[in-house]
Amino acid sequence: MAGFSRRSLLRGVLATGAGAAAAPLLGGCVGFATSGTSGLTFLSTQFTPVEEAERFRSLLRRSFDAEVGYVTSDPGQFTTQVRSQVEAGNVRVALLGGLHGDLAPLAPDCLTDLTDLVADFSALGWPPEYLELAKAGTDRTWYVPWAQASYLLAAHVDALAHLPSGADPEDLSYEQFLDWAVNARRANGNRPMLGLPGGPKGLLHRFLQGYLLPSFTGGQITTFNSPEAVTAWEYLRELWRNCAPASTNYDFMQDPLEAGEVRFAWDHVARLVNVPKREPDRWRMLPAPRGPKGRGYMAVLTGLAIPKGAPHQDQARRLIATLSKAQTQIELLRANAFFPTVRTPIPADLPPAIRLEAAAVAKQRQLPGALLSLPPVGLGSREGELGKAFRDCFQSIVLGGADTRSTVDRQTGVLAKVLAEAKVPCWAPDPRGDGVCEVG
Amino acid sequence: MTGRTPWLLLAPSTVLLALLFGWPLAQGVLAAFQDGSGFTLAHWQRLFTDPYFGQALRNTVLLIVIVVPIQLVLAVGMTLLIQAKPRFAGVHFYLWAIPLAISDLAAGLVWLTVFADRGYLNSLLITLGLSEHGIAWLSYDSPGTMLFAVVVAEVWRATSMVFVIVVAGVQMLPPDYDEAAQVFGATAWQRLWHVTLPLLRPSLQVALILRTILALQAFAVAQALTGRDFPLLVGETYQWHVTLQNPSVASAVALVVLALSLGTAVLYLRALRQPAGGGAR
Repeated sequence: MAGFSRRSLLRGVLATGAGAAAAPLLGGCVGFATSGTSGLTFLSTQFTPVEEAERFRSLLRRSFDAEVGYVTSDPGQFTTQVRSQVEAGNVRVALLGGLHGDLAPLAPDCLTDLTDLVADFSALGWPPEYLELAKAGTDRTWYVPWAQASYLLAAHVDALAHLPSGADPEDLSYEQFLDWAVNARRANGNRPMLGLPGGPKGLLHRFLQGYLLPSFTGGQITTFNSPEAVTAWEYLRELWRNCAPASTNYDFMQDPLEAGEVRFAWDHVARLVNVPKREPDRWRMLPAPRGPKGRGYMAVLTGLAIPKGAPHQDQARRLIATLSKAQTQIELLRANAFFPTVRTPIPADLPPAIRLEAAAVAKQRQLPGALLSLPPVGLGSREGELGKAFRDCFQSIVLGGADTRSTVDRQTGVLAKVLAEAKVPCWAPDPRGDGVCEVG
Repeated sequence: MTGRTPWLLLAPSTVLLALLFGWPLAQGVLAAFQDGSGFTLAHWQRLFTDPYFGQALRNTVLLIVIVVPIQLVLAVGMTLLIQAKPRFAGVHFYLWAIPLAISDLAAGLVWLTVFADRGYLNSLLITLGLSEHGIAWLSYDSPGTMLFAVVVAEVWRATSMVFVIVVAGVQMLPPDYDEAAQVFGATAWQRLWHVTLPLLRPSLQVALILRTILALQAFAVAQALTGRDFPLLVGETYQWHVTLQNPSVASAVALVVLALSLGTAVLYLRALRQPAGGGAR
């Protein structure tokens, strides 16, 4: 080790150490997964499962002439990512795709105004309530409606055998639905056949917000602490006794349905689409049950937005135009079971699962007493906490066996606080007043 | 070497730590006590009225109280086995160290395939005729079996870390003490209790502090096995920050974790102090 003193070694270490320490600070550390494309980056919270993402990427390749890198992300990270990029003035994403609830919080600070774009395509026939949603409580449009979805019941013929006598599976009441679950459990050696998506990524809170409570109370927020709501929770407690106990771990109902752990279940259409693939003639898709106040159902809306200060804005606008074509939207339905938002007939040559779903979704909307609910509107980043109030009610009342009235009252306080901070008008099915939405 | 040189050498890492840890830490603490208009305790109120918080606190403490002693005993036992120089000692060592290289979440998913309703364990029980439909280990209404599953997975996953530290500690011990004890006719048990373990105190201290702090941060395993049915404090931090987009309450939970970590670390440091003036060095 001649001529290699400790001093010089230390100096070398110090120099490299300082260099290594500075590298991440100086480097272009944008915390963004590029997909190895040189073209547009399309960041989205939709189609996160690998197969769905691949099918959507091939759809993009077929229908758009430029290169698009489709990158998926978790809703929580999505918001953080877009916000930090816009605040840093270093936007890498050209186009955003997400649920209304993902995009609305970003308006108006982080999104480009797309009012002119929606006006250009007004002939496409978007439902007016969707265009209203895209304004996120302002007077400008912040995203373009993209695709929509809803929630249904999927049932295997084995389960249908246990329907209560005289019940029409296409037009069940909640009482008949409960009897069905009870019959199925008894016929199956006391092991429930019904499943609900109560897992950490499951959409059970949508069942509460859009199906159960509106059907019993006629509202989502304003009637949250009404006596009818207490009845609804008591009903759910009874129904839950006839649900597979593993329901608290189900995220996507198609998996337990496919595995035979449960034989009928409620979930999002995109999370049921793999169920009838294997034996399409043995499965049925059914509209949701109806309650005393109507047949509550929820429509989920996804949209396309452009972040403020995004690169390639013209190309992004062209891509939005392409994705808004009726033909592209039908392709998307074929690929990923998200239904078109523009006015277009559903072709007859779709895969069996999607045909079953399309028929049931249409039926759910057209049956008498249909009562449309929307996912919370304009709550921005508070939406999670609003959903949590519903989930916590479920947790305490149904799983914990707590007293219904006092739990509902306690969660009403939480809800009131969230709404007081958000200061938004009510959304369907609650009457949209002029003032701020509040409980009671 | 002037008087400033050590400080110069320390400067890069100090600056980096201050930027990457100190500043976010200060921000996090402030976030838990502030809202738009100044000082507030509303976030804490929100946290303490949350139905999950009490459960998460209870589960986290339970997990530490159960898992850490089991791991310590197992690790000392495994060390003694390795010290006895069995055949293929190297192979045993590597096998026992494997869980060190596996991510928490992957370990959780592996154990999920074992404990799931249609997992390996239930298949085995049904095949052996011990149970008709298997046991719902991870069901929300049987917290006992859920805790059992999480404890098994945690013990499997993290014992090797304690083991590696203890092995390193044992190999540093001078053999003279043990030989002297043997000369005086001490039994193996006496040698372990009166010679090896007291000398191992510094290693055990490190292992216990590290393990407890990491057990406080356990979350991926429970998340993979039980979703939100077995909430833990760090899982709640994640939930509040990512899913509910409420960084203030998330910071409050994180501060609870910090307080617990500091508390247990101080406790260990005091309990395992070297007797003053004693402790042959």
